[in-house]
Amino acid sequence: MKPRIAPGQALAAIPKRKIESIERRLFLRRGLSLGALAMLTGCNVTDQESVEKALMAMSRWNDRVQGWLFDPTRLAPEYAESAITVPFPFNAYYGEDEAPEIDADDYRLELGGLIRDRKPWSLPELYALPQVSQVTRHICVEGWSAIGKWSGTPFRSFLERVGADTTAKFVGFKCDDDYYSSIDMPTALHPQTILAFRYADQILPAKYGFPMKLRVPTKLGFKNPKHIRAIFVTNEYPGGYWEDQGYNWFSGS
Amino acid sequence: MNTEQHSPWVRVHPLAVRLTHWINVVAMLIMVTSGWRIYNASPIFPFRIPGDITLGGWLGGALQWHFAAMWLLAVNGLVYLAYGIVSGHFRRKFWPISPAAVIADVLAALRGKLSHEDLSIYNAAQRAAYATLILAIVVLVLSGLAIWKPVQLQGLAALMGGYEGARIVHFVAMALAVFIVIVHVAMVALVPRTLHSMITGNVRRVRT
Repeated sequence: MKPRIAPGQALAAIPKRKIESIERRLFLRRGLSLGALAMLTGCNVTDQESVEKALMAMSRWNDRVQGWLFDPTRLAPEYAESAITVPFPFNAYYGEDEAPEIDADDYRLELGGLIRDRKPWSLPELYALPQVSQVTRHICVEGWSAIGKWSGTPFRSFLERVGADTTAKFVGFKCDDDYYSSIDMPTALHPQTILAFRYADQILPAKYGFPMKLRVPTKLGFKNPKHIRAIFVTNEYPGGYWEDQGYNWFSGS
Repeated sequence: MNTEQHSPWVRVHPLAVRLTHWINVVAMLIMVTSGWRIYNASPIFPFRIPGDITLGGWLGGALQWHFAAMWLLAVNGLVYLAYGIVSGHFRRKFWPISPAAVIADVLAALRGKLSHEDLSIYNAAQRAAYATLILAIVVLVLSGLAIWKPVQLQGLAALMGGYEGARIVHFVAMALAVFIVIVHVAMVALVPRTLHSMITGNVRRVRT
């Protein structure tokens, strides 16, 4: 999708929103550039919609399979701090200089959906929660990977503290960069899923998702939303920015 | 073969082999062309694959094709392997593979002197090529699983040098498979009746 020149280099120097929408159109127009192939698979080349439907159905099937494969106790490998990738790459659907500036004093984390105590949280309150650290590999849907160190509070204990219905299916996230995403409840409760406030022992800079990012080392990078503004628990499939365009929703690793 | 002595046709490829062969052609075509598009999103070598010969239009589309066709490749491959082992097809057709015979046949092929008189018997070059292709596809599936599930299948990923190692293994196995397929298709073009036999299963009996 975008050229990645070298590991660790800032990835998106140009605004990507435009590129993505062009690529999306190309997908619709050229998705079946190999027409003969589609005939071999028994699909009608002219009926592209049914091909897309079939592929989406396979993607839903793959969500289910990944749900079965997911072991809630299996931990992602952790690394020595010497293995950390420097500089850790920036990645988003926009350029690094477009990352939102968020005022720390005004910030409140909003809670919604199937949560008992929906009182908004200020940053000092969040920082006062028990903190853990992890050095794990971030794997991008594009294929590259990088090792980083994130610190924050275990998401499971946060969900339990606010009285979230942990029997619900989904946890959704709305972000201050207009990004949104959602994960399955078993992954939300995984011991390495953390609400991260720090990167490399420093308060998250804007480019890494200030004031907080969900760090999920058992999922691809785009399932790790940054600049989280609101968290909600629901049984209705919330989708996501990339998921709605065709990336596999579960995207577990 | 005795019962077929009076027919002008000799059965060289059983139905199970022909079916799994052609399903595999479709699956590999989708996997390789969509895989190239996925590779282009973050190349591990200093080159890209020309977009026109890739499938999917963008990364998300290519991933959808790849993760759909992987089921076709894996299930069809397992059926083929099970058939090959249980029916004795592998033992009859592939065994023995002697390195000396392979080298002799490859050299004969390069001089254009490799005999294809009896299509029911794989020559040594064919045995080596087909066995290597089967192995390459097995490695492709295993390294693909390691890339897809580097946490859930971390033991498998560790065998390949971790996530990044598995990406290299996956690419190299793809390149090997594509190379063998190119040679294979070139050989079919040189001996067109082999294409006929892979469709109908039969070749005309050679009168001697």
